[in-house]
Amino acid sequence: MPVQYYIFLSIALFCIGVMGVLIRRNAIIIFMCIELMLNAVNLLLVAFSKMWVDAGRTDAASAQLFVFFVMVVAAAEVTVGLAVIVMMYRNSHSVDINILNRLKN
Amino acid sequence: MSLHEIIFIILSVVSIVTALGVIISKNPVNSVLSLIVLFFSITCHYVMLNAQFLAIVNFIVYMGAIMVLFLFVIMLLNLNSELEPQKRNWLKYAGAVSGGALLLVITGILRSASMASLDMNTASDIGLIKNLGNVLFKQYVVPFEISSILFLSAMIGAVVLGKKD
Amino acid sequence: MIHLVWLVPFLPLLGFLINGLGRKSLSKSLVGIIGSGTIIAGFVISLLIFLEVKTPGFTAQVVPLFDFITVGSLSIPFAFQVDQLSALFLLIITGVGSLIHIYSTSYMHEESNEGFARYFAYLNLFVFSMLLLVLGANYVMMFIGWEGVGLCSYLLIGFWFKNTSYNKAAKKAFVMNRIGDLGFLLGIFLMITHFGTVTFPEVFEKAAALGLNSGILMAIAALLFVGAMGKSAQVPLYTWLPDAMAGPTPVSALIHAATMVTAGIYMVARSNVIYSLSPCVQAVVAIVGLVTALLAASIALKQNDIKKVLAYSTVSQLGYMFIALGVGAYTAAVFHVMTHAFFKALLFLGSGSVIHAMGGEQDIRKMGNLKKWMPITNITFLIGCLAIAGIPGLSGFFSKDEILAHAFVSNKVIYALALVGALMTAFYMFRLYYITFCGQFRGTHEQEHHLHESPAAITFPLIVLAVLSVIGGYVGLPPAFGLPNLLEGYLAPIFAHAHLGDHAEHLSHSMEWILMGISSGLVIVVILFARSKFINYQNDGKENTGLAKVLENKWYVDEIYDAIIVKPLIALSGFFQDVIERSGIDGLVNGVGRSVKWGSRQARLLQNGLVGFYIFAMVLGMIILLVISLFL
Repeated sequence: MPVQYYIFLSIALFCIGVMGVLIRRNAIIIFMCIELMLNAVNLLLVAFSKMWVDAGRTDAASAQLFVFFVMVVAAAEVTVGLAVIVMMYRNSHSVDINILNRLKN
Repeated sequence: MSLHEIIFIILSVVSIVTALGVIISKNPVNSVLSLIVLFFSITCHYVMLNAQFLAIVNFIVYMGAIMVLFLFVIMLLNLNSELEPQKRNWLKYAGAVSGGALLLVITGILRSASMASLDMNTASDIGLIKNLGNVLFKQYVVPFEISSILFLSAMIGAVVLGKKD
Repeated sequence: MIHLVWLVPFLPLLGFLINGLGRKSLSKSLVGIIGSGTIIAGFVISLLIFLEVKTPGFTAQVVPLFDFITVGSLSIPFAFQVDQLSALFLLIITGVGSLIHIYSTSYMHEESNEGFARYFAYLNLFVFSMLLLVLGANYVMMFIGWEGVGLCSYLLIGFWFKNTSYNKAAKKAFVMNRIGDLGFLLGIFLMITHFGTVTFPEVFEKAAALGLNSGILMAIAALLFVGAMGKSAQVPLYTWLPDAMAGPTPVSALIHAATMVTAGIYMVARSNVIYSLSPCVQAVVAIVGLVTALLAASIALKQNDIKKVLAYSTVSQLGYMFIALGVGAYTAAVFHVMTHAFFKALLFLGSGSVIHAMGGEQDIRKMGNLKKWMPITNITFLIGCLAIAGIPGLSGFFSKDEILAHAFVSNKVIYALALVGALMTAFYMFRLYYITFCGQFRGTHEQEHHLHESPAAITFPLIVLAVLSVIGGYVGLPPAFGLPNLLEGYLAPIFAHAHLGDHAEHLSHSMEWILMGISSGLVIVVILFARSKFINYQNDGKENTGLAKVLENKWYVDEIYDAIIVKPLIALSGFFQDVIERSGIDGLVNGVGRSVKWGSRQARLLQNGLVGFYIFAMVLGMIILLVISLFL
């Protein structure tokens, strides 16, 4: 089975995540889309790890460890991010990111 | 068509459909549920790719912890489709078009790349916890320790942000 | 003594610095002593140098001071060249200069302390520049002095800078000179390109190697002559000199009669090798000189301002010098420079004495019978008139006659016209003399009461110059007298290479006597005619008509220049200002500013603060980058 299958699947998932970020205004959904993109990348890393194992490389486990670290970062990010969203909701009773346009000024 | 390919295609279809469900569904709760299904399919992919430990971690951390956290927040905030903010239409289409364009462009770039194919029949023990633990505590012990600091700061951050002041 | 030549120019420079920097604190007498003393000391040194140079067999010596410009193969040293020509000019400049400085101490005494010091500082600077001009061992140094005298001329014409018309005259002199200086500068550049040197002997050597009628040489000669035209007030660049009379009278005497305006003659005489090798340009020089001599003399016939008459007379006499240069009579030209320096300085200083006595009045119609009150001025002025008119026995006679004789040998037409000019000279000078000093006094009673002979500081230079005007001619006796021509012998080494070739035929002595007789006779007749006409001059207040009016208005040359050069230039500048500057350059500059402003206002809209939009932009950027990496 060619590794391209996994590559294209990851690309598709990643682009769907990007699309979601672009078309949705709900901060939680956008967050979920980011998770989706991270997972797409993780999948790719695992696929490449498999590819390297088949090619006889001994350091293929690094790719899987990288996925591990991505998960670590994602978990930390979700913790803080959701806390921020809760804060935001508490202040403005909305999770619409378009309210957060203070960058303009 | 081998069994692996059949399983891959089924899993892929599930992944893409649920991914689309995440971004399309109006109710955030549905989105979260779709995302859980998506993560499950990805977990299955991991198993197929000889990443057993990662599959378990994905199952527990993502599907278990993170997605429950999402669901919890959504329910806490009592979000539903009525409260869902709506984007202007043209921006929606522009987002969809640009995402599609990104897909096309990346695919176009990688289409002609030649890569090795995966041998799905031989199994390797690379993804086993013993193997990964060896590498993690020998080669990546410093990033591992740093990630603990990251977690600590994330924890403190969450507490500080969540505190009612 | 030669190696001390640098003292001659640097003493006036010292005087300039002391007087210029200390103008607020120095007293008038101290300023006068410093100003005059430096020049007199320079004169003494010049005299010693002259005595050394005068010995037969003296060859030109170069006194290098330091390297001025050294670029590639071009080397321009700051060096002084002492030879017969520069030594003679040194004498004239420092000699006449010291007399005029002494004169000025009295003439300018009514100025404020500061103005007095400023005046002497400028005057000293002028002498320094002029000495640099004649002493320079190459054309670049000559040019430095050339510019320096131009600057001082500007400063001194506009000395009373609170008067707008004086300032205008100063600016006119400066601009006119600038036109000529450009020619000179281009000539020097041409020299550097083609000869690779500007040092006199080397340039002349390379010029001689080019041979007769070479195009380069002609171009250089013509360009240098343009410079001379500006500085020496020749047609068509002469109009600044009459206006330059706005300056104090001693300045007119020193700068605009005796020294600076002869810089052009000095330059052409110095470059005699180049000019002798380009006969076409020489012919042009002669024609320009002739036209100038006649035009200026004709204008002088009808002028009523005592200084204007003398100014036009100066222009006309300069024309004579150029005629002499044009026909190859370099010695005669230098001779005339010398005698002219004597009698024209005398006339100017005399007119200054008159103006001083009249309380600033310059219109000769309001004078008359001044001989009654001012005997010394009267006598010396008369001697000056006689000298310039060319009465036998006085200096002007010898120098003018030498020019006329050479012109006769070269071209009979030039001779005839130059003779007409000489007769006009006699006429207007004696018109001036009789109207000013004879007849009845026509000024106010107050002026009449005020009339007096000038103090000794003014009359002393007059007497010295009068003596020089009488005896100055005897250094250049015509061959007909059978005595050696001292000046020609003295200057022979300078003009040795400029052999007259085709003018080799010499006048027979009898022919020479005849020419002298003709000119002297005609001059005396003209003087008597002027006497009968003007001895009892009455100002009838009648307007001049016809030719007289044209002459009184100076052939309307100023008006013509105004119409064909100044007005179109102003119109063009106006056009540039209004159209090119306003809508072109300003429009461009403002347009850039406006478009940046407009563009940033548009770009600011992108910063709408919506995160979604930013991500959208980021994705677009990623797509573009990927497309570029894919397809390019």
